[in-house]
Amino acid sequence: MNTPPNAPPPRNIDIKPPMTMGAPAAVVAPVADTEHIAIRAHGLDSWYGSVQALKGISLEIPKCRVTALIGPSGCGKSTFLRWINRMNDPIPGARASGTLTLHGDDLLSRSLDVVELRRRVGMVFQKPNPFTKSIYDNVAFGPRLHRSFRRTDLDELVENSLRAAALWDEVKDRLNSSALGLSGGQQQRLCIARAIAVGPEVLLMDEPCSALDPKSTASIEQLIRELETSYTIVIVTHNMQQAARVSDRTAFFFEGTLVECGSTDRIFTNPVNKQTEDYVSGRFG
Amino acid sequence: MHSLGARTQSSTRTRTPGEIVAAATPTSQAGRRIVDRAFLGVCIAFTALAVLLLVVLVVSIWQDGHARLSWQFLSSFASRKTEEAGVRAPLWGSIWVCVICAVAALPIGVGTAIYLEEFSKRSRFRSFIQLNIANLAGVPSIVYGILGLTAFARAFGTANSESPITFGQPESFFYLQLPFGHGVLAGGLTLMLVVLPIVIVSSQEALRTVPGSLRTASLALGATQWQTTWNITLPASIPMIMTGGILAMSRAIGEAAPILVLGVPLFIRSTPTNLMSDFTVLPLQIYNWSMRQQSGFHELAAAGIIVLLAVLLTLNALAVIIRHRLQRANG
Amino acid sequence: MSNVAEISTATSRAAAANNRGTARSRAARIGTERVIRGSLLACALLSIATTFTILAILLVQSASFFAMPQVSAWEFFTGTTWAPLLGEEKHFGIWPLIAGTLLVTSIAAAFALPVGLVVAIYLSEYAPSRVRSILKPILEVLAGIPTVVYGFFALAVITPFLHDHVSESFGTFNALGAGLAVGIMILPIVASLSEDSLRAVPRSLRDAAFAMGGTRFDVSTKVVVPAALSGIVASWLLAITRAIGETMIVALAAGGLASMTLNPADEVQTMTAYMVQIFTGDAPAYGIEYKSSFAVATILFVITLSLTVVGNLFLRAFREEYE
Repeated sequence: MNTPPNAPPPRNIDIKPPMTMGAPAAVVAPVADTEHIAIRAHGLDSWYGSVQALKGISLEIPKCRVTALIGPSGCGKSTFLRWINRMNDPIPGARASGTLTLHGDDLLSRSLDVVELRRRVGMVFQKPNPFTKSIYDNVAFGPRLHRSFRRTDLDELVENSLRAAALWDEVKDRLNSSALGLSGGQQQRLCIARAIAVGPEVLLMDEPCSALDPKSTASIEQLIRELETSYTIVIVTHNMQQAARVSDRTAFFFEGTLVECGSTDRIFTNPVNKQTEDYVSGRFG
Repeated sequence: MHSLGARTQSSTRTRTPGEIVAAATPTSQAGRRIVDRAFLGVCIAFTALAVLLLVVLVVSIWQDGHARLSWQFLSSFASRKTEEAGVRAPLWGSIWVCVICAVAALPIGVGTAIYLEEFSKRSRFRSFIQLNIANLAGVPSIVYGILGLTAFARAFGTANSESPITFGQPESFFYLQLPFGHGVLAGGLTLMLVVLPIVIVSSQEALRTVPGSLRTASLALGATQWQTTWNITLPASIPMIMTGGILAMSRAIGEAAPILVLGVPLFIRSTPTNLMSDFTVLPLQIYNWSMRQQSGFHELAAAGIIVLLAVLLTLNALAVIIRHRLQRANG
Repeated sequence: MSNVAEISTATSRAAAANNRGTARSRAARIGTERVIRGSLLACALLSIATTFTILAILLVQSASFFAMPQVSAWEFFTGTTWAPLLGEEKHFGIWPLIAGTLLVTSIAAAFALPVGLVVAIYLSEYAPSRVRSILKPILEVLAGIPTVVYGFFALAVITPFLHDHVSESFGTFNALGAGLAVGIMILPIVASLSEDSLRAVPRSLRDAAFAMGGTRFDVSTKVVVPAALSGIVASWLLAITRAIGETMIVALAAGGLASMTLNPADEVQTMTAYMVQIFTGDAPAYGIEYKSSFAVATILFVITLSLTVVGNLFLRAFREEYE
């Protein structure tokens, strides 16, 4: 799987002259087809206490595409990801200002129903974290929080979520066994199924393969490309080759600022910004 | 001046660390080894002493008391005649009081632990509560007896003890009297105060063992904090919470001072029938018997102790079994 | 790829199944969450209420005691005679009771603190794991024994032993017997807490000391114990607090005669034993003897609270260093 993804036809990858929005020297190639923007950030700043983690982030994440966020450790890509489903809220001293919207809904508003937001935006974490329950109950946990189901509908929901995560064939005979009996790669796919089951529009993935072996990594990367027709996917990765394999658009973060954002092809073959070029060619990391 | 010059002269050449070490008086290596061995001997001796004390304790009590153990001992009431006396009243009193204590202490204790661990952020308020609980753990149990006496038995003097407000018939199980007087309910609630810090601390530790990633995963699916706690965190920590609860019960069963302060009658010849019944507990009965100078009561006290220790052993064995069962079920 | 088709069919079927469920009410969810949060907070506040209620009761009753005409606060805090039951002539100097408590506690501490520490050092630094796995449960059993059992032990075994093999001057009630029994009772506390503190010291310190040619004795006493010192001191303070608050052992074995003595063979009365005497006696509920018990309880509470606070401060300092 070394060839770049060829399924989606070229999209909105005009190389416009550099547009600085907020942070100095940010090169952002905007998504031209504005109806197909899922998430929009404009001048987003965020702090943990007195430490500023994000400085003036402005970017657009298109619908039903895979967008990769890359950059060295501590550059703010995970922080940015977690503002999308407000998972920074429990962290003491975490606050943000600026604009961050999902299909026009203000994500930073105090009165936002965070519970409902997290139904629309699912998250898969770096280390698979299935609950100490059966496979069935893991997948059914999320939907049961938000709705009450007839048994047949719930069964259908669980089956299809597991199919969508390419896990059904492997577990269909042991749905009631403990989820902890699965291998690492299977557990991560279970976490994906769990996130899918609540019916989100967006899937956020925070380094989903970094705790997995190469074979599981490959199967999850393939799954991500297959899921993209149904979901908007934002993936944080420190593995540039993975970003190149899996995503349509890439955003390069550095020390809390967005340095460059554009189509994956262009970022990796012909970046505008020198810093971007240094990073993707491995001169620092 | 002279001494200064002399000092300056000798210190024109400084010594290396190696020379300083070589010039110092060596400690005898053999001496060090002797000290090391001797200390090990002291350690083993003291530890053996601790074990020996336990053995002497158990053996002497068994010797004094085992002859009085019998089914009749368990089913008779106390009596002035030592041959006829038994532990029926205090045994049942202890069981009643402990059950009431558990029913009261577990929800409040676990609830407090959940609040502190899951629902509150690091703040001065939370530190204040934690500090308070740590201090309550050090309060002598007799002071809790005073608190129980005033708050439960006397209801702070609001109601008249001579003519209490009553609900229901004294003969039935559903009989309530305000203030509670020195019935089993007052006893159980007083003991609840004694064991509450233990339950809270052990429940907090149980909750802390659940990995944070599970809570994060649950929140990310759109669960509220309570849904996360009830569905994910609590079930995972139930084995340890149960163990802590049984440990607290072991403490409660052995307490006599708070019950003493409540003012229970010395001589009880009945087992409790409802929450307001008079009662006594095993430790108190043992205390009463130990105080008597007449021969025969000495053996009764020892036999009572054996019964009490047997109950404790059963409780602890229960704790171990429950913990193993639940840990296996959790996978 | 057929996989993509399968997966997107599956996702749309999943979404359809999801939509067939009945949505839960947002208002109910928020309402339930609020109620539960409130109840849990109430539980937590109960502990604060407990402390304040204890303080209030003790202070109110003590004030009532000091308001009585026969009582002078000056005599209470400086007098050395405690004779509350002697008919007309009553004396309420607190010091005999404090002396009694101090004597018993000192004997207990002199036994338990060093022995407990040595046992802890043995368990932590020397004992092979098999021995440890037997000894720790034994310690836990000792810790769980009800105090009335130790009281009986003092009365039935320790005191006769002292009388027969040490000196005839040891009567039925004496401070040494009670003190030793209290010492045995607090021994597991010292040993357990000290051992936890010693084990918390990182291995790297021991490795460094051994590498410099230290014997196990050197390492244990000159490196590990000093490193764990605040934890050890905390265990001592908490054990002493337990000893001071101990009731049943002293009520059974120490006696009921309040006097200013330092002789361990004498009968003494501790603060807690006096309280037991009053509460099990015939003193009328609002009489002066009854109220004096509350005044004694207040002093007891203040002493134990101060020691607990200091002990917890040491414990917190220790935890911050090693966790």
